[in-house]
Amino acid sequence: MLEVTGLRAGYGEVEILRGVDMAIEPLEIVALLGSNGAGKTTFNAVLSGLNRPTAGGVVFEGRDIAGLDPVAIVEAGLVQVPEGRHVFPNLSVRENLELGGYRRGRANRKSNLERVVAIFPRLRERMDQKAGTLSGGEQQMLAIGRGMMSEPKLLVLDEPSLGLSPMLVEEMFALIGRLNGEGLTILLVEQNVRQSLEIAARAFVMENGAVSLSGPAGELMRDPQLQRSYLGI
Amino acid sequence: MSEFSILLPSVLNGITTGALYALVALGLTLIYGVLHIINFAHGSLLMLALYGVYFLAAGFDIGPYQALVFMPAAMFAVGYVLQRFVIGKASHDRDENILLVTLGLSIVIENLALYFFRSDTRVVDTPWSFETVELLGAFLPLPKVIAFFGALATAAALWVLMTRTDLGKAIRAVAKERKGARLVGIDVDHVFAMSFGIGIACLGIAACLLMPSYYVTPQVGHGFVLIAFTIVVLGGMGSFVGALIGGLFIGVVESLGGLFLGESLGQIGIFAIFILILLFRPTGLLGHKV
Ligand SMILES: Nc1ncnc2c1ncn2[C@@H]1O[C@H](COP(=O)(O)OP(=O)(O)O)[C@@H](O)[C@H]1O
Ligand SMILES: [Mg+2]
Repeated sequence: MLEVTGLRAGYGEVEILRGVDMAIEPLEIVALLGSNGAGKTTFNAVLSGLNRPTAGGVVFEGRDIAGLDPVAIVEAGLVQVPEGRHVFPNLSVRENLELGGYRRGRANRKSNLERVVAIFPRLRERMDQKAGTLSGGEQQMLAIGRGMMSEPKLLVLDEPSLGLSPMLVEEMFALIGRLNGEGLTILLVEQNVRQSLEIAARAFVMENGAVSLSGPAGELMRDPQLQRSYLGI
Repeated sequence: MSEFSILLPSVLNGITTGALYALVALGLTLIYGVLHIINFAHGSLLMLALYGVYFLAAGFDIGPYQALVFMPAAMFAVGYVLQRFVIGKASHDRDENILLVTLGLSIVIENLALYFFRSDTRVVDTPWSFETVELLGAFLPLPKVIAFFGALATAAALWVLMTRTDLGKAIRAVAKERKGARLVGIDVDHVFAMSFGIGIACLGIAACLLMPSYYVTPQVGHGFVLIAFTIVVLGGMGSFVGALIGGLFIGVVESLGGLFLGESLGQIGIFAIFILILLFRPTGLLGHKV
């Protein structure tokens, strides 16, 4: 579904991504792991068209999307829920969700909205409340709900568990597993290594802007190098 | 009784003028709220719209109210193109650059107007320019009453646009959260240009409503732009309701100021308010909101 080869990008003169290779098959959860500053968010920004790559290719459903603008990339069905949520604070929860279907999924907006609030009942209670007044966990649900309103083919989640209480983190991972079970392909970007590996099919570990380790999630869980650096064993 | 019979017409007159001020200020506050820039070209674009109305009447026999069919669309196009291809391109995302670009634009537009139209004062005469309407014993000029309702209708339409349409929601989204907007596939540059265009379209409507009871010269925008700035500051930068109430309020202040201090001093009250607000309530009387 997604194939990234030799991807390079950065900010100005500074190169952050130094040749990233990775692939995602339909209906998978793929985890992209790595410590703070490894380049995960930069990678997502390039996927979504917020940053331009300097070299390499991004092929999504057989089409080269490297360097396209975010409008075209959302239109193609690659949708990102960014780190830090970036919900519209001055708009109501309902309006936030409606705008999720601004570019894609317009025809089914009503039924999509019903589906999202069925998944996140807490949003239903807050439909007419300004998004800026929601708690961090609720904002994260809203951000994911907004992403789902555009009927994504591939949903990229950038650190969805960041800043949530341990109980909410559990809930969030369970939910991601459930969305995947309903047929959604997910790229899960996380620092929460153990829980990510539990729900992912495969994983990539990013270090210094390149993939240092990859494979089926079960195998990585037993990898001595990964255990040492990320699982504290 | 005699006090009342002097005050009431003055207050009503002020409210009708104020509605037009509000319309000019609505465009300014919309542009500020979304693009975070103060459009110094607002006054010269109003002037341009007034000339548009004048030439439609003088050259094509199209009256100011018939011009409502053309002017908003024409001014919208001017605003869209200016933002998308001039202001947006020249400013390289730096607010201080945008300030200079809009200031420069206003000087260019004004000098072109001086060159092509000369500094003559021009008016559009209509048969009903001097008709009056009686309200609560006060006689109000018919064009000002029409302008009042026209301005309110425009404000209502703008409110519907901003709260009920995808475009309006996208405009409000972009005002506060550009990255989030890009990630749902909103074309931010297009939305910026739409916002600017809509703000300038308000000037097109204001020009049609204003012309029957007013005049146009190349400098006519100056007076309006200072009043509009005052209203925007008074109502809270970026606030729609604030601009509406602020406009009506300033209209009344000007009118009563004129009554008690004389025509030439009437506007002093407005600038006194401007300075006082900046000193004591810089976020505006109604706070800050888009
Ligand atoms: N807007 C930016 N401008 C310059 N450098 C940046 C910017 N954003 C991130 N970086 C740098 O890029 C590197 C990778 O950051 P990031 O992609 O956010 O990593 P991660 O998401 O894995 O924590 C870091 O060294 C960070 O300082
Ligand atoms: Mg990150």
